[in-house]
Amino acid sequence: MTNATMKTGIVRRSPLKKRTSFRQTVRNSLTMAYRGLLKIRRTPEQLFDVTLQPIIFTLMFTYIFGGAISGDVQSYLPVIIPGILVQTVIATSIVTGVQLREDMDKGVFDRFKSLPIARIAPLAGALLADTIRYALATVLTFSMGYMMGLRPEGGLGNVALAGVLVIACSWAVSWIFAFFGVIARTAASVSGISMLILFPLTFLSNAFVPVETLPNWLQWFVNINPISHLVSAVRDLVNEGTVGQDLVISLAGAAVIVAIFAPITVRAYMRRT
Amino acid sequence: MTYSHNNEWAVEARGLVKTFGDNRAVDGVDLNVRAGSIYGVLGPNGAGKTTTIRMLATLLRPDAGSARIFGHDVSKESHIVRQLIGVTGQYASVDESLSATENLVIFSRLLGLGREEARRKAAELLEEFGLTEAAKRPLKHFSGGMRRRLDLAASLIAQPPLIFLDEPTTGLDPRTRAQMWDTIRRLVKTGSTVLLTTQYLDEADQLADRIAVIDRGHVVAEGTVDELKASVGNSSLHLRVQNPEHIEEARRTIERVLRVASSVSSEARTITAPMADADAVTDLLIALRGQGIGLEEMSVQKPTLDEVFLTITGHPAEDRSSRESAESNPKKVASL
Repeated sequence: MTNATMKTGIVRRSPLKKRTSFRQTVRNSLTMAYRGLLKIRRTPEQLFDVTLQPIIFTLMFTYIFGGAISGDVQSYLPVIIPGILVQTVIATSIVTGVQLREDMDKGVFDRFKSLPIARIAPLAGALLADTIRYALATVLTFSMGYMMGLRPEGGLGNVALAGVLVIACSWAVSWIFAFFGVIARTAASVSGISMLILFPLTFLSNAFVPVETLPNWLQWFVNINPISHLVSAVRDLVNEGTVGQDLVISLAGAAVIVAIFAPITVRAYMRRT
Repeated sequence: MTYSHNNEWAVEARGLVKTFGDNRAVDGVDLNVRAGSIYGVLGPNGAGKTTTIRMLATLLRPDAGSARIFGHDVSKESHIVRQLIGVTGQYASVDESLSATENLVIFSRLLGLGREEARRKAAELLEEFGLTEAAKRPLKHFSGGMRRRLDLAASLIAQPPLIFLDEPTTGLDPRTRAQMWDTIRRLVKTGSTVLLTTQYLDEADQLADRIAVIDRGHVVAEGTVDELKASVGNSSLHLRVQNPEHIEEARRTIERVLRVASSVSSEARTITAPMADADAVTDLLIALRGQGIGLEEMSVQKPTLDEVFLTITGHPAEDRSSRESAESNPKKVASL
C-alpha cells in the first residue's frame, strides 16, 4: 500500500488489473489457508477424528491382532504402527472433500467469488490448511506407538522423514476427495463415496497382516495397491532406516494422482464457481 | 472517493436472460443505473431480483444479453468488475464459524491489505457499524440485524464505487431497518452507487432515486419514485359495501367518478381503488349515497406492493414459489 492510499483509507489498486498475478494467487491461497486454521481453532471438535482415531485404532488393532499375527504385542508394533499411520492419515484426507462441499454451499463462498482474488485460492487454501490435520494425526500415531513400546531402529530423523512422506501422499490423495467435493451435490454423498473407495484401498493392503497369509488372488491386488507400497516404505524408514523401491513407487503414485486429479478438480471447480 | 470513473453509468444491462431448467428466472432485463444514485429493484419473491444481481455481480453467467459495470463487461472483464463492486447477499455472506473481526480481517487480507492494516480496517468498520462489543463473539450468537450489518461492513472494506444490496432489510425489525436505511444513505453521500432489491414499496420510496419494478423476470415499470407513485396513486381507497350485489354498480361508479380502475377481493367484499385526489372522494361518496349503495366500511391506505403490481401489470403480485411448484408439475406445464 502506498502512503496516499493509507491516508484516505481506500484500498484502490490503481490501475485496475485484468487478472491476478502469480504472487497474488499465492498470497490469496495463504490467506485462505489461514482461514482454514482459524476455523479449526474455533471449532476444535472437528479435530476429533484426527486425534481420537490414531489413539483408539492404535490401541485396538495392536492388542487385538498383536498376539495372533506376531506372537506378542511388542513384536507387532513395528508392523502395525506404519500400517495404522498410513490408514489414519489417508482417511483424514476425506474431510478435505466434505468440508470443501460444505464451504461451497455457504453464503460466504459468494463473497469469495465476488472479490477480486485468484479464483483458485479457496480450493488451494483448503488443501493447504488440511496438511495440519495430517501432521497432527502423524504425530499422535507415532507418539501412541512410542508409549506402547515402539523403539524405531531407523532413528528419529527417519521417523520424521516417514511422517513427511505420509503427509505428502495424503495431500496427493486429498485431491481425489477434493474432486468429489467439487462435483458432488451434498457433503453427505462426498463422505459416502470417499469411504467406499478408501475402505477397500486401506484394508486390502499389507497394513495389518503379512501378505503371505492372504489367498493368492488377493495377494495380487494387495501387491499392486499403492497403499501397500506406502506402508512398506514407511516400515523401511522407521524400522531399518533404509530407502527402497517402495518409496519411489509411493512418490510416483502420489505424483500420478496429483497429475490426474489436480487439473480435473481445478477445471470442475472453475466451472462451478 | 479518489477513484474517478469516466463513466456516468454505474450499471448498463441489456436484455439479460437466465434460465434454470424450464424456468426463465430473468427474461430480458434492461437496467441503467446512474453513478452516485440509489437504484431500487422492486418485486415479489422469485421475480428475478436476486438472479439479476448475481449476474451483475459476476456470480452467475448470463445466458443471453450483456451487462457493463462502469463500462466494463461482466463476462469478459469479470476480474475488473470485481474490483469495482461490493456484494451483500440476501443470506449473510460471512463466515459463520469465525468472529466478526476474523471475518473482516480475512476479507481485508484477501483484498491486499497488510496484517496491521487489515486489523485497523476491521476495528474501524466494526466501530462504524456498532459491532465493537460483539467483535470477538462467534457469529452463531449474532442477531439477524448484526449479521446484516457485518455483511454490509465486509462489502465496504475496499470502498467499492458500486454496492449491491440484495434485500438488505428483509426479516429485520423496524428499528434495525431504520438504522440500515441510514447506513445506506450515508454510503451514497460518500460517493458510492447503490443498487438494492426490495419487496417493500416503502423501502424503495425511502431510499431509491429511481425504481425498476420487476415481475416474472421482466422489468414492467421504470422511473423515479414520484413517477411510479403517480401511476398508482399516493394512497388507495378501500370500500366495503353492505350488500354484495351492489359491488359491480359501486365499481362502475368509482370508475366514472374517480376515473381509475378498481379491483375487488371477493372474500372481504372490499373494493380497492387508487386515490390520486382526496377531494374527488367526496364526489364519490355523494354519488354512492345517491344510488342508494350503503357502505359498511371505508378506509384509506398507502398503496401496497400488490396494488402497484395490480396497476402496472394487471395481475396481482404472486409468490413465485407457488408458481414454481406448479411448473414442476409436467402436466400443468403442458397445459399452459
